[in-house]
Amino acid sequence: MSAKHDKHRSKYTLDREFPGAFEGETVTRRRFMVVGGQGAGVIAAASFLLPALGFAVGPIFKSSPHRWESVGSEDLFNPDNYVPVVLTLNSGVGEAGKTTAYVRRFNPAIDTDPYDRDMKYIAISSRCAHLGCPVRWVDAAERFICPCHGGVYDLLGRRVGGPPVRPLDRFYTRVNGNREVELGPRFSVNSELQRFSPRDPGEPLDGIGQYAYPSRPGAQKL
Amino acid sequence: MPKLPAPPIPSSLQAPPPRPGEGNGKPTARDHAAEAGTTVVDWVDERTSLSGGARWLMFRKVPKGTNWFYTLGSATMFAFLSQAVTGVFLAMYYRPDPSGGAYESIRHVTNEVFLGQFVRGMHKWGSSVMVILVFLHMGRTFFFGAYKYPRELNWVIGVVLLILTMLMSFTGYLLPFDQRAYWATIVGVNINGTGPLLGPYLSDFLRGGPEFGATTLSRFYSIHMLLVPGLIAALIGAHLYLVAKLGTTAPPWLKAEQNPELREADA
Repeated sequence: MSAKHDKHRSKYTLDREFPGAFEGETVTRRRFMVVGGQGAGVIAAASFLLPALGFAVGPIFKSSPHRWESVGSEDLFNPDNYVPVVLTLNSGVGEAGKTTAYVRRFNPAIDTDPYDRDMKYIAISSRCAHLGCPVRWVDAAERFICPCHGGVYDLLGRRVGGPPVRPLDRFYTRVNGNREVELGPRFSVNSELQRFSPRDPGEPLDGIGQYAYPSRPGAQKL
Repeated sequence: MPKLPAPPIPSSLQAPPPRPGEGNGKPTARDHAAEAGTTVVDWVDERTSLSGGARWLMFRKVPKGTNWFYTLGSATMFAFLSQAVTGVFLAMYYRPDPSGGAYESIRHVTNEVFLGQFVRGMHKWGSSVMVILVFLHMGRTFFFGAYKYPRELNWVIGVVLLILTMLMSFTGYLLPFDQRAYWATIVGVNINGTGPLLGPYLSDFLRGGPEFGATTLSRFYSIHMLLVPGLIAALIGAHLYLVAKLGTTAPPWLKAEQNPELREADA
């Protein structure tokens, strides 16, 4: 018997002496039905599971358009102290979509980082870099203080105490034609105040921690 | 191995034999009426054979020394059933609308609906009761050694149920949509986000985007009332099946008793 007609090697069911085998058949009808039926089941399940899954995880990859919002005339702000402004991050959800930012004019005496020179205004986000509670600027202490877990930040938003892992986030600023200050997208900074794409609270941007938290694909720094 | 005799049906549940001298042997209309319940049950049982399963589930042998600690699992299940029933009725009034409707609907339930405050209170306090009972049940299982062979899988299912219960508490906390609910959820989502590598994606999934947005509340509501309760109900079914299949353990302070009859038959 040649290798082609070997009982165990041949691809033909007839050679392998399967009961009810046909001439020239390589797959039994039973096996064909099993594979076909299960394959059809897998396709049917995937056809509703994959779209549903994509629907649920889709927002992760969505990039939102940059939103610039006027927060008041240039006269409102000074280089020495912060003025709180309210801006809308998400429209249609009422108060839940709003946040507070602390804005002051760029001050060469205290703002030492070279990256800030193209923005005439500094806008510090009130979202604590620990777990996202709203920090408050306490004038007497000259500190941002978080009510939840005791995070403390200095005038530039750098952490000086408590659990936060990085400085407070900032917003891009620009001045429009009506001499109004506009606040744009959020960006995060590391302890050197270098800009990074926006991260969620609790995600460090220094040391080994910066590699453990990937940035969001849909939101990059300008 | 000799087979243990099948557990008997308690005598109170067995049908009494007909009294002698009653009637002429033919069933009267009164007999039919008296037997109506049995007839219906028989009709269903003849077509489903459910009674065998029900007997298998309910009339099990339990070890000597079984005590009140063994009721903690059932207590947890009843806490879940209470949450399910009150939750369904709360859902009839609740509106997952973040621009004010959610808070307003909760206020309406609490202040204006008949028994609304009571039913909402049952759901609110019952959630804490359920979490406490889950932990007591877990402690009982641990200290009685009931997680050991062959019950390891039931321990694993129980741990998944514990995690799902925590997820229920987390997602339910946002729904009143007051200041406490909002900020607790912000913090909770960000705690999830601190998990390395996958954390940021997890918090984006929970919020439905990079910020707390228009669909976050409905997402939490859907997870809270559709996704997780279904999973919990299914896993409770598996949990109970394994309890009935494997039986319960004797308390650890009870020594194993040798049955002389079984020993002789074994030899």
